[in-house]
Amino acid sequence: MDCIISVKNVTYEYKNEDAYRGEEAVVAAVKDLSLEIERGSFTVILGHNGSGKSTLAKMLNGLNKPTSGDIFVDGINTKDEEREIEVKSKVGMVFQNPDNQIIASIVEEDVAFGPENLGVPPKEIKERVNDALKSVGMLDFKESTPHRLSGGQKQRIAIAGIIAMQPECLVLDEPTAMLDPKGRAEIIETLIRLNKEKGITVVLITHYMEEAQNADRVLVMNDGEIIADDVPKVIFSDVERLKKVGLDVPQTAELLYNLKKNGFCVDTHALSIKEAAEEIIKALHSEE
Amino acid sequence: MLRDITFGQYYESHSLIHKTDPRIKIILLILLIVFIFLAKNGFALGFAVLSVITIMLITKIPLKLYFKNMKAILPVIIFTAVLNLFYGESGKVLLSFWKLQITTDGVSRAVFMATRIILLIFISSALTYTTTPNDLTDAIERLLSPLKFIGLKNAVHTLAMMMTIALRFIPTLIEEAEKIMNAQKARGADLENGKFTERVKALIPILIPLLISSVRRAYELAEAMECRCYNGGEGRTRMRQMHLAFRDFAVLGASLIICGGILTLNILL
Repeated sequence: MDCIISVKNVTYEYKNEDAYRGEEAVVAAVKDLSLEIERGSFTVILGHNGSGKSTLAKMLNGLNKPTSGDIFVDGINTKDEEREIEVKSKVGMVFQNPDNQIIASIVEEDVAFGPENLGVPPKEIKERVNDALKSVGMLDFKESTPHRLSGGQKQRIAIAGIIAMQPECLVLDEPTAMLDPKGRAEIIETLIRLNKEKGITVVLITHYMEEAQNADRVLVMNDGEIIADDVPKVIFSDVERLKKVGLDVPQTAELLYNLKKNGFCVDTHALSIKEAAEEIIKALHSEE
Repeated sequence: MLRDITFGQYYESHSLIHKTDPRIKIILLILLIVFIFLAKNGFALGFAVLSVITIMLITKIPLKLYFKNMKAILPVIIFTAVLNLFYGESGKVLLSFWKLQITTDGVSRAVFMATRIILLIFISSALTYTTTPNDLTDAIERLLSPLKFIGLKNAVHTLAMMMTIALRFIPTLIEEAEKIMNAQKARGADLENGKFTERVKALIPILIPLLISSVRRAYELAEAMECRCYNGGEGRTRMRQMHLAFRDFAVLGASLIICGGILTLNILL
């Protein structure tokens, strides 16, 4: 397997200070975790709050360094201080709040920020900015001010800002958490397109199940560990386990699961509404 | 709505001055201010007044906008003028009481000073009305860049970056302040009524959440900047390049003529 990121026995600990009781405890947010992300793949990491998924995300581009174990990006150890910039330009990160990621008052200047930091010649920056804005469908807003845009549009600008650095991998830490359903759909659509058309590896961290449906691979995290790693269909058919770790399953998966539990012969791997409907019709026919 | 206010004062009107390189504009502003204060006699000052009015007309910005700016500073103008009235050392005494006296010399000093301040405001407004805050920041960074030779490169870059981020976050923070104000109003906070001290006290529950959230934003922004390979000014390129065009030299030339005119009138008359 040609992998862009490989995580080897990584543990991340932080000190949790309890100001009231004056206690200090070492908490492990990620525990002895190993993982490989294939180049060009679309991976979704699911987990409820405090499962360690954000901590893991911040380690993938060297923003946080593992307490023990190593992470390699394209063969470079993220602990290597001298190649820090290289790692960060290969693995771009997008965060939850678009407002706190945009640094310039004009869209195109914000998108240019990354390439400017990398010392790209001005002429090429212009091309990269146009390309990046086009790939997220925001070219028409090149000269707007970000604060007049919607949440989904702002988040797409943040993604464009990363794309302009021409990274090989895009790590997104709950990019849709602050958006309305329309904005959320815009982002997921953009990510799928970037993955398909530009071949950019996508690692999407989220707690919305429906965003995982289009992934090549879904990882479920709980308490700093990966508890499931498979294709979406298989993951979602295991309704009981998902519920146990505090995650909601897609409505279709839950319906099929309940039908099966009550004696109907349905395949719980159907994910889309259409597939699920066909399964139910099939089951009803066979009942007769 | 609060968030619709424009900051900076940029006013779009596609004039020659709008298109002039912001670096040239800043240099000329400083130059013209110096020469306005150098104008010694009525003719020189009159010439300066005419020149400034011409510049104002070229900017194609409604004149009332210029006067609006002046209104805010009017008390300062009046104060300076009144103070200068009593500083006349020679000339005919017009009025005298207690230890003070107003002479013709004092009156002309007062008029000169007031005119100079008014011109100063008009000409600086001409800069801020015709240049976007981003262009201004950029131009300042580039103008100060020679400081890198005395080891201040990072200081200049940091200053410009701070200005850029401040400009970017003004609308965001206004929006946030609005939200917090509404939240506190919903909890029964009275922000509009009461004595001055009461209203100041009512602001505390707004300022503290705003401060806390700003710190959190700053932290997140720093992380995002790090992820975008920000590493200070070292090795950084800029997408936007500034090139001097013919019109920049024309504007520069015209301004130098104005300065020369003021000097000549100073010496001749």
